[in-house]
Amino acid sequence: MNTAPASVPLLAVEDLSVEFRTRSGTVRALDRIGFELHRGETMALVGESGSGKSVTAYAIMGILDEAARTTSGRIVFGGLDLVHADDKAMGEIRGRELAIIFQNPRTALNPIRPVGRQIADILLRHGNVTAALAPQHAIDMLARVRIPDPKRRALSYPFELSGGMCQRVMIAMALACEPQLLIADEPTTGLDITTQAVIMDLIAELAAEQNMATLLITHDLGLAAEYCGHIAVMHAGHIVETAPTAALFATPRHPYTAKLIAATPGGAPDLAGLASIPGALPDLRRADLPPCRYTARCERVATDCEELPLRRLALGAGHHVACHFPL
Amino acid sequence: MLLLRRLATALPSIAGVIIVTFLLTRALPGDPAAYFAGPAATTQAIDEIRHQLGLDRSLPVQFLDYLGQLARGDLGTSLSTGQPVLAELLTRLPASAELTLLGLVLSVVIAVPLGIAAAMRPGAPVDHFCRVVTTAGVSLPTFFTGLLLVYVFYYLMGIAPAPLGRLDVFSSAPPHWTGFYLIDSLLARDLPTFGAALAQLVLPAATLAIFSLAPLARITRASMLAALGSEFVRTARASGLSRRRIVYVYAFRNAVLPVITTLGMVFSFLLGANVLVEKVFAWPGVGSYAVEALIASDYAPVQGFVLTMALLYVLLNLGIDLVYGLVDPRVRLEA
Repeated sequence: MNTAPASVPLLAVEDLSVEFRTRSGTVRALDRIGFELHRGETMALVGESGSGKSVTAYAIMGILDEAARTTSGRIVFGGLDLVHADDKAMGEIRGRELAIIFQNPRTALNPIRPVGRQIADILLRHGNVTAALAPQHAIDMLARVRIPDPKRRALSYPFELSGGMCQRVMIAMALACEPQLLIADEPTTGLDITTQAVIMDLIAELAAEQNMATLLITHDLGLAAEYCGHIAVMHAGHIVETAPTAALFATPRHPYTAKLIAATPGGAPDLAGLASIPGALPDLRRADLPPCRYTARCERVATDCEELPLRRLALGAGHHVACHFPL
Repeated sequence: MLLLRRLATALPSIAGVIIVTFLLTRALPGDPAAYFAGPAATTQAIDEIRHQLGLDRSLPVQFLDYLGQLARGDLGTSLSTGQPVLAELLTRLPASAELTLLGLVLSVVIAVPLGIAAAMRPGAPVDHFCRVVTTAGVSLPTFFTGLLLVYVFYYLMGIAPAPLGRLDVFSSAPPHWTGFYLIDSLLARDLPTFGAALAQLVLPAATLAIFSLAPLARITRASMLAALGSEFVRTARASGLSRRRIVYVYAFRNAVLPVITTLGMVFSFLLGANVLVEKVFAWPGVGSYAVEALIASDYAPVQGFVLTMALLYVLLNLGIDLVYGLVDPRVRLEA
């Protein structure tokens, strides 16, 4: 895998659809999404709550819950299709090649196990160290994520650590086996603003050191712009636009992306200048969802949008948009 | 140190138990003096007995007397047997304790794996089986289950010994070390007696186990489901940890906390349920002793019994707290 040419993406999500069977109907959470991520690249999945960002992350990790079904597509990671990989193969890849950091680090850690042992569990599982050396490696990992006094902290329980410290522990767990791809699912939600920056810098720095690809999942377009080379914008289970960050901000081609940029602080001089996006996500349980799920909120909507199947248009230099009438 | 502080918090409840049992036994219907004087006694004879027993004095004075006796470790003398209550309780307590503990162990050994299995496959046959067993367990009163077991396994099938106490007539009690026949007979390397004691224990212990199975299995299932759906189990899965490690080390160790709490409650239910089960199986324990004394308006054994149970309960809760602290680091800090 290490010898793969640079043109072959590390991760290719192709035509992926995921549904959830619930009591009140089938939720079409992801509808034929696709994107690519190369070794060492950083990409952000941006969208509002319920747009399918986390479902995408969980689908890649193979940790969707029982009610979920992958109805189409492939997730090719290092030449292996993760959708059709068996549990044994997935167990080998998770934590070693593919790692994830969750939001709410405090609840994402086992409350009654010392953090050093939780890191050691992963090291032992993936066979990198012997049982005698695992505790020392765990302490080394804590030192790498700049936890002060790592030897003592390794014996701490999550409730004895601050939220920021817990997130550092999560990062240490995720990076313990030097994965090829790190998924960071809203890694700074619930942390205060100064801690956010420190954690994001830490992730970016460690990713660069290991030439590790990073998929950042966030609702914060500003954060995505600061840390990622590419951005994929999600809306209601579709990827509506994918572009290099600079191109996306300079020339957004999807009406939703344009609204999202206008709604991001930093672009506007004051609060009054911030635009809000009218309407809400459509109900994904509806059987008669239009091909483009943005039609109800779109100012440019035409009859074609509700009748013709949605197409992904290539606009050059990695810029794709799923719209019949791009800006 | 922690132990001492925790014990000190139990003192008020013990004082409360002493007062309440004293008042309750005095408020019971029936006149012990009349009972012991016999049906043919004259009023004068009854009064004389009442004076001998100290029952003609005022309640506060009687209470002070009672406290003074307690301080000397004297729980009084049973009027019906003429024996000191403390000595009788001490000889009978191991019989009850052995029965209750075995019932509890049996119950845990069945309920916890059943609860885990049900939580791993919600809606599957094992989950339905768990639900049926727990519903049946709570709906059957212990004396009924006990009689049913005796009827089926002793009367119909003849594979259980007669429900007549701790040993059949052909065996003799093992030398007294712990008072637990199973342990004492093993210490004496007396396997036939061990077998006989075990045979006598199986049915009453099963009766108690069936009764206590339900709350334990249910709480195990519920807390296991919660733990398996928790975020830290998701993290463990995302880290590629083996299924065994996720289920037993990550999920179960967290799920076991409410199970321990429930275990304490179940044990106290069992202490109560014991009274009837001992009656059904002619078990020479403290429960049957208390019931007989209660019927005879014999104050001292009833008071002694309630006090013993209260002390056991306090000790049990102390033990539960200590175990809890071992499992959950957050509790250690608060204490």
